[in-house]
This record gives sequence, C-alpha cells and structure tokens, in this order.
Amino acid sequence: MSLEAFLTIIGMAAVTYAIRASGLLLANRLPTTGFAAAWMRHIPGAVLAALVAPAIATGGVAETIAAAVVALAFLVTRNLFVAMVGGVLAVYLARTFIGL
Amino acid sequence: MSTTALPSRPWPQFMLGMRAFVPLAISIAAYGIVWGVLAGQRGMSVLEVALMSGAVFAGASQFVALDMWEPGNLPILSIVVTTAIVNLRFLLMSGTLYPLLAPLPRSRSLLVVAGVSDEQWALTMGEMREGRGSIAFLLGTTLACWLSWFISTIGGRLAGSLIDDPTKYGFDFAFTATFLALLLGMWKGRIDIVPWAVAALSAIAAARLIEGNWYIIIGGLAGSFAGAVVETMKERRDVA
Repeated sequence: MSLEAFLTIIGMAAVTYAIRASGLLLANRLPTTGFAAAWMRHIPGAVLAALVAPAIATGGVAETIAAAVVALAFLVTRNLFVAMVGGVLAVYLARTFIGL
Repeated sequence: MSTTALPSRPWPQFMLGMRAFVPLAISIAAYGIVWGVLAGQRGMSVLEVALMSGAVFAGASQFVALDMWEPGNLPILSIVVTTAIVNLRFLLMSGTLYPLLAPLPRSRSLLVVAGVSDEQWALTMGEMREGRGSIAFLLGTTLACWLSWFISTIGGRLAGSLIDDPTKYGFDFAFTATFLALLLGMWKGRIDIVPWAVAALSAIAAARLIEGNWYIIIGGLAGSFAGAVVETMKERRDVA
C-alpha cells in the first residue's frame, strides 16, 4: 500500500468517526422534550424517505415498477428480505425482458 | 425466535440483533460485491479495500471516493472533504441513538457509535420506536453490518472480472428496495404523511439542485421539522 493511499484512507476514517462521535456529544446538549424531541423522533422516517425518494424519482420505468413490487411485497408479507428480493427481481426482469 | 428467553438479557438481545439484520446484510453484501469489483477496476489493492471497508465503514462515501481514486495522483484533501460531506448524516443518526446509549459511560458510548451506519441505525431505530431496542441489540446489528460489508467488499475485489456489469443483474436496486421496505415498516399512522411527503419532495428538489449527497440531510431535516410542527400543533389542539 502506498503512503498516499494509506493517508487518504486514514483521513476518511478519522473524519467519519469524528462525525459519528460529534452526533453523540451534541445530542447531550439538546433538550429531550417538546418540539426538539418531536423533531428527533421524526428524523428516522424522514431520512429514510429522503434516501428513497430521489432514487425512485430519477429512476426509469423499471425502477418505478420495482418500487411498487417492493411496497406490495412488504405490505403483504411484512418481510424485508422478500420485499428486497422481489424488488431486485422485478428491476432485473423489467430491464432484461421488457427493456425498460 | 424463542419467546421464552428473557429479551432483556444482553446475549439473546445481541443474537436477536444479528438475526434481525440478516435481510439487510444480504442487501449490503450485494452492494459490497459491486463496490469491490469497482475498487479493483480503479486499481485498489485487496489490503486497501480491507482497510477502507474496515476503518471507514461507510458505503456511500466509499463509492464517491472510488470515483476520485487515481493511484499515484490521489487527491487526498478532496476525498477526505467529500467523505465528510457525504457522511454528515451520521451526525443526526448518532444523535438519535443517544437515548439508548445514555446509561453507558461516555468512553463506551463513543466506541459504540463508531459502528453507526444507515442500515443498522434504521433497524435499531425501528426497534426503539416499538419500545424495544437495547445496546446489545445495537451491537448485534453493528457486528452483522460490519462483517457483511467487510467480507463482501473483499469478496467483490477478489472476484473482480467475474462480474462485468453488476447493474444488469438488478443488484443496484437492492438498497432502494431495502430502504423503501424499512420506511413502510416505520409507518405509525397519518401523523407520518406530512413529514414523509416533505422529506421526499425536498430531497428530490435538493438532489436536482445541489451536487452530492446533501439531499439526504436536507430532506431528513426538513421532513422531521415538518413532522415536529404538525405534532406540536396537534398537541395544542388536543389540549384546547
């Protein structure tokens, strides 16, 4: 491993850990009730929605169909793995055989 | 799973976390293989892949870093700064784990948050919202998450040219599918409509207007703020 690669990777690791640690240290100084607490409670769902929405919105027809398959599979089975495999299969089939 | 085992015991909770993570680990492994193959194409050695996956342990930022990876002429500062921006969302995630980690001594909780990542955080937050979740559960998901990423990225690097174009197999959709199913699992009722809609729309807008991964933190902050506004207004109405 070259020195530049080592330094780059160590730099990435250090800055990433600093962010993870800061989140914990800053949380200490945040209030735990009222508006701020409600805000914190809503973060998980909102971050997930923010992760998913652009991927689906910028995807093609195949991704839209697959997203619908994922939603249907999850609502019917309540199984994360079934939903994930269903989505991957749907996107593969749509791309391969329909050419979407 | 056995319902007779005491769920509050650390070891069963740890194993529960490991087992609950299996579907996500498969999704991560699919992405890890893809990343490993691409890393090989960018000239990364197996040792570099192992060090980066093990120590940085943050998929999205590792994909972005690959894009900038030029052996012999590495833009060290650009890669480190970009990594910080892509991983800014961990600030929110570590913060929301605080209630769970509060009983631990600071030195211990600072070790635990070293493993914070999208998937293990989402799964543990889902448990916390159900009134379950524990530090042992979190550690179980962390180990499962770390192992699946570490092993699959090295595996992908070693497999190399065997997989020519991973996107054609549909693996690239594994994360979107997993996150979508996780999101649906978090549905608590109509109170979630406004925050999720605001998060989705602002993330889509931000993704179009702003370069990079800012849309995740922007959508997450905007949506959760909207959720807090709606909830506070509802509480005032209920009191009045």
